[in-house]
Amino acid sequence: MIEFDLVIVGVGGQGAILSSDIVGLAAVNSGVPVQASETHGMAQRGGSVENHVRIGLTYGSLIPKRQADCILGLEPVEALRAVDYLSSGGVIVVNTNPILPITALSGACEYPDVDMMINELRNYCKELVAVDANSIAKQAGHPLTANVVMIGALSKFIPLSVEKLEESIRRLVPPKTVDVNIEAFRLGRLQ
Amino acid sequence: MSNNTITYLLGNHAIAQAISQCSTDVVAGYPGTPSSEIIEFLAAMKPDCHIEWSVNEKAAMEVAIGASWAGGRSVVTMKHVGLNVASDPFMTLAYSGTRGGMIIISADDPGCHSSQNEQDNRRYAAFAQIPCLDPAVPQEAYDMVFYAFEFSEKFNMPVMLRPTTRVCHGKSNIKLRTSAPVHHEIGFQKIPSRWVMLPAHARLRHQDLINKQQEMMQELGLSKWNDLDIIEGAKIGIIASGVASVYTKECLKKFNTKASFLKISTYPPPVELIKELLGSVDKVLVIEEMEPIVEDVVRSISNSISNKEIEIHGKDIIPGYGELNVSIIASCMASSGFTDNQEEADIVDKTSIELPNRPPVMCPGCPHRATYYAMKKAFGKDAVFPGDIGCYTLGIQMETMDTCLCMGASITIATGIYHAGETKPICCSIGDSTFLHTGIPGLLNAVYNNADITVAILDNRTTAMTGHQPNPGTGQTVMGDATYMVSLEDIATSCGVQFVKVIDPFNVESTIEIFNKAKEHKGTSVVISKQECIITARRRGIKPRPFEVDIDKCNGCRMCIKFGCPAIQFADAQVEGEKGYAHISNLCAGCGVCASICPFDAIKEVC
Repeated sequence: MIEFDLVIVGVGGQGAILSSDIVGLAAVNSGVPVQASETHGMAQRGGSVENHVRIGLTYGSLIPKRQADCILGLEPVEALRAVDYLSSGGVIVVNTNPILPITALSGACEYPDVDMMINELRNYCKELVAVDANSIAKQAGHPLTANVVMIGALSKFIPLSVEKLEESIRRLVPPKTVDVNIEAFRLGRLQ
Repeated sequence: MSNNTITYLLGNHAIAQAISQCSTDVVAGYPGTPSSEIIEFLAAMKPDCHIEWSVNEKAAMEVAIGASWAGGRSVVTMKHVGLNVASDPFMTLAYSGTRGGMIIISADDPGCHSSQNEQDNRRYAAFAQIPCLDPAVPQEAYDMVFYAFEFSEKFNMPVMLRPTTRVCHGKSNIKLRTSAPVHHEIGFQKIPSRWVMLPAHARLRHQDLINKQQEMMQELGLSKWNDLDIIEGAKIGIIASGVASVYTKECLKKFNTKASFLKISTYPPPVELIKELLGSVDKVLVIEEMEPIVEDVVRSISNSISNKEIEIHGKDIIPGYGELNVSIIASCMASSGFTDNQEEADIVDKTSIELPNRPPVMCPGCPHRATYYAMKKAFGKDAVFPGDIGCYTLGIQMETMDTCLCMGASITIATGIYHAGETKPICCSIGDSTFLHTGIPGLLNAVYNNADITVAILDNRTTAMTGHQPNPGTGQTVMGDATYMVSLEDIATSCGVQFVKVIDPFNVESTIEIFNKAKEHKGTSVVISKQECIITARRRGIKPRPFEVDIDKCNGCRMCIKFGCPAIQFADAQVEGEKGYAHISNLCAGCGVCASICPFDAIKEVC
């Protein structure tokens, strides 16, 4: 059976749960077991969120350190924070748009340079795809589709068919936004 | 949906699905992460049963007990610390027992993801001497609901289902069962020897409870939730419980360790299976999150095996705090000689780039931030600010949250600080739902005992932190039905408070003025800061105009930055030597408080 460990990280409110749901549901609809883990509650108020999706695995939902096949980073600092999950041959797909935490907004600490973080991320992976998902989402028709753009960019690396992923998107996004989300997914795939 | 189909569900959704398939008559609970979604999913399914958000866990427990005693099937849901609130009925319920099947769902939170402690409620089950089921994965949680009802009805005992955060907020493929609806004959039967816990009855019921233990343990021991795998020739035995069992299995496979393995998911633990394992090995490691509950039983059984010395490890190797995972277990096993594989022992390899912390924050437009700003202005930063549990606990970032112990403790701790002789002004804060949960007796107590304190009730018209559940102050039930909307003002007045004022925190000036008056008032004063949660307001379509900074007027004084709103940031000057200025991003929710704060009149509504 195919096995694939995916860590999705971002900031509360970015749609990390929808992203992991799209992947998880696509796997289940492909007849593959999934164990996933989500961040709910306190951390959702603009805090760091970390979801694990284990495709083809029947153990617990937490991915061991140094074992993830891929990190999907919806935000660059969060991608770097989670980098010790990645296996040596792993892939990173990262949105290059920063979201400043309150600690940086208030001037209590500095937000690191994005290019420096992307270069650092390259040291940990076999392949890195840096995506300006916010611009692509606008191009697709709505800024809130950035997470689906990221799923599009991720889709080249996960062992699930485009058809099943699109089917999940259609099932999970609000009915009125299906077309713009499918467009976001397709534009993301071109990255 | 119930026809052996496979679906992809959140653990809590799977539990709700099972409850609805079991023809449950009454479900009650109080919201608390990680348990809240059980009742929310169930309410959305609209099954043919009574579902309620009770005002607190004790009320919920008693409602479920009443339903069971009337012959119905009932479920009560709460987070682990909720059981502390409900522990009074819980402990004596074990004596009385149940009639209709009853499940107590305690969602535990190892790792304190969203909690003030990480207590292990398997201890509570042992304390009350009731059975406990500890699912490892969401599918087990789903299946255990069916088993728990049958077990409860067989033994007339409540059963505790204890999923942890990883099970509640785990998502997986769930194989649904087929089930047919069952009608339970409802009718309260007068059985004083069971329902009336006079001392004479209680003594007998306690004996009965003890007498049942052996038979219950045998039945649990035979259940499929425990699983013993003896590997021939293996001298090492590993015992793992609940969610730790799946992490351990993954480790054993990874290391290719030759070990016999016992998975335990029922309490009291299965003595016969433990004996069988101990009989075949020389060395045992017990892996469980939190307390050494299985370990204690294993040690006592081992002591009773006189002809064999068995080396037993548990909490001497495995941490007794925090959540476990494969990496922790692997490194513990490697460092203690349970595997030769050292590769996992030290794998920490973090980046050298310093990453900014990202703590959760109050939303842009959150009324709590406005209330705290005014409170601090009126009381001064040296005042004492006891606090409570909810989104407003994030007031710690505004230095208006000096204590947070448990639900409802703000008013009573403030009272104690005052009576100890503290002379600084004391202003505590408590949310609307928390006030109705356990705050009211504290307020009554403060007035009765002449505490000179101010109580700010942060009334955002919802139970926000746990996902916006309705409460008695919102005039709506969990099913969306209209009900009596209780007035917090009237409750405070009825408790005997002589100073009760309702304010809108977005009106900064008058809020500061009222807090000043409350501070001067001798005796207990109450300020109800009433403004809807920005999230629910937006969902209702309320979208006030955002604000912007006129950079010609902005002096760069950073007063608005200090307000701590995530929508406001400081932009450094373009030209060296000049002052920078504030900038309001598109996150602005239009509360307008920063415009009131700005001394230079530089913040205006976007035209």
